[in-house]
Amino acid sequence: MQVEGDAGWRVVSARVGLGQQIRDIWKYREFLVLSVRTQLNVKYKNSALGFLWSMLNPALYLVVFYVVFQLILENGIPSFPIFLLSGLLIWNLFSAGIAGATGSIVGGGAIVKKVSFPREILPLSAVGAGLVHFFLQSVVLVLALVLFRYSVGWEYLPLIPPALLALVLLAGALGLFLSAVNVRLRDTEHMVELALLAWFWMTPIVYPFMLIAERGGFVAQLYKLNPLVWIVIAFQRAIYNQPQPKSAAGAGTDLIKILPVDADFWYYAWHVGVVGAIAAALFLAGLAYFGRVEGNFSEEL
Amino acid sequence: MAASILVQNVSRHFRLYHERQSTLKERLLQFRRTPYDDFWALRNIVLEIEKGSTIGLIGANGSGKSTLLKLIAGILRPSEGEVRVRGRIAALLELGAGFQSELTGRENIFLNGSLLGMSQRELARRFDEIVAFAELEEFIDTQVRFYSSGMYVRLGFAIAVNVEPDILLIDEVLAVGDEAFQRKCLERIRAFQREGRTMVLVTHAVEQVRQICDAAAVLDRGELVAHGPPGEAIRSYREHLLEHAREREALEPAEATDDRLAFLTDQERRATKDITITDCRIEYRSGSARGYVLPDGAIEVHVAFDSKLATDDVNFGIAINDVEGRLAFGTNMRLLGQRVQLQPGPGGAVFQLPRVALLDGTFLVTIGITTYDEGTVYDWAEERLEFEVMNPGGLLGYAHLPIEIQVESVSPTQRAVP
Repeated sequence: MQVEGDAGWRVVSARVGLGQQIRDIWKYREFLVLSVRTQLNVKYKNSALGFLWSMLNPALYLVVFYVVFQLILENGIPSFPIFLLSGLLIWNLFSAGIAGATGSIVGGGAIVKKVSFPREILPLSAVGAGLVHFFLQSVVLVLALVLFRYSVGWEYLPLIPPALLALVLLAGALGLFLSAVNVRLRDTEHMVELALLAWFWMTPIVYPFMLIAERGGFVAQLYKLNPLVWIVIAFQRAIYNQPQPKSAAGAGTDLIKILPVDADFWYYAWHVGVVGAIAAALFLAGLAYFGRVEGNFSEEL
Repeated sequence: MAASILVQNVSRHFRLYHERQSTLKERLLQFRRTPYDDFWALRNIVLEIEKGSTIGLIGANGSGKSTLLKLIAGILRPSEGEVRVRGRIAALLELGAGFQSELTGRENIFLNGSLLGMSQRELARRFDEIVAFAELEEFIDTQVRFYSSGMYVRLGFAIAVNVEPDILLIDEVLAVGDEAFQRKCLERIRAFQREGRTMVLVTHAVEQVRQICDAAAVLDRGELVAHGPPGEAIRSYREHLLEHAREREALEPAEATDDRLAFLTDQERRATKDITITDCRIEYRSGSARGYVLPDGAIEVHVAFDSKLATDDVNFGIAINDVEGRLAFGTNMRLLGQRVQLQPGPGGAVFQLPRVALLDGTFLVTIGITTYDEGTVYDWAEERLEFEVMNPGGLLGYAHLPIEIQVESVSPTQRAVP
């Protein structure tokens, strides 16, 4: 029996409180897990390679960016594949989660109209599916690290769990908000696609953080307002582990500035913490907004 | 008895957009000019449903009964007021809603069950029962996209009723599936009633309400107009339909055949009202208590009428139908070779039925006053009355026939051991 089972009254009224929403989501946690699993299952059910596709996607990106940036543009970043993957995988989680979440309520119209369950599960499970993909794709990265006996920044590895959590909260917050908006404004899906494309290039994934940060001034300040920047460079610091390596291009002895040189663990931890706090606040705001408009979903679909 | 559902001053408001503007371009071009009508689907509904009772929600199309069911289920939220519900709810609004066609029946049981609020452990425990109920043992590991629509629906029903709900909400889903499956659903519903679970049933089928429900609530244009025993509620429902029919007929006389009014029989529409039925009632005579009659008991049907005519061209008739609409018994004065002379003014007629040789069920009585050859209808009361026959046990079926069973053994030598 459910927790409120026999004793309590379940109240359906015009508004639901934040606490009630969170309790309902918790009660449906098994369904959340199952819908994540279902999304992955359904995606690969009738494909021969199955989950390998998840890993092929970053592999292909790797080849393309490697050719373009390392061979053609000669950016000189040593161990470029490792550099790229340490940012790209976390970005994939973020963008797949948000893109999937945005269309989730409209796409799940059949059950939204016919079944009573916390609808927050739909966008959240899209983010969950992104998280599972992230872990699958990480296998590629970990294999590469082991294969090349790459030395990661051990003392910076504790940054990864909080950075991941902050990112998931942020993706969840935006996913909740955008999925609800998309019910009324169906253009949201398309706008989100474009926005994510722009956001990708505003985040230091294929180019180093210092390329922009070094310039100082207004542009750099603006750049640093992007919360994804701090998550990505925390990952790069922990995995790529080379703030200022020697250029790999040509015979030069130039140093390439990738990450802030004199930044210690607490520099990253502080920024990840700030992003995490903002993400948590946004998550609650997203939840509240969702709860406010959710009552109209079944009539608007 | 404790209440299990409390609907407290609930109103639900909808916006009916004339043309939905849902893309940004349309929004920007027509900012704040999206035309819509306010529409109250439900207004100030107050309803208390007792634990363990089965209640039918009836009403014409658009009366708000499905909206009310969705509010109780928590799929919609009220605009005003609140609904309080105690216990686990399973809502059968659409069987198999949320099935993933790419997944197998087995996977869908776990997915759909958890969507309905069941834990995986519970589902594992009930898995065999669900599969057996759905009769899908051979196909349970087949993707549901290969299922026939019957299989799909059976699986949906099997999962929903195995959620062990305290409250079961049903929206006309009993109309699906073949006859055998419908019977099974009905049996399951009876079992639910015996187990003291609460049920709310939305239906158009008045017979179903009579068969299954302890009470019924009638909605008319978003308002609760009656709530009581099935017979009374159905009468009120019919009266409201009749009222709508009259309004409609007044507006556009040519279009009296709206399908919503199909219950208005030809006879009722044709009634000249030169003689009107002012009242009719059933009196129980012997072998009967109030509200029901025992097999072979006696009832009388009393009809009060008012005549504008002095005529002998008149005929009083009676028909007794079962709830499925089959004629159990019927006759009139012409068939019985009787005649009568009427004077203008009020009068009364009594149909005496000293031996009701029926066994079990609810029966509906129709009274008609026509010309002697039944060519013209003066007035007609279609299924205005009902009585119930209570079977004391030991006999099955419909008709009460005298019976004795005699058995004789044949000579024992035939069973000689070789």
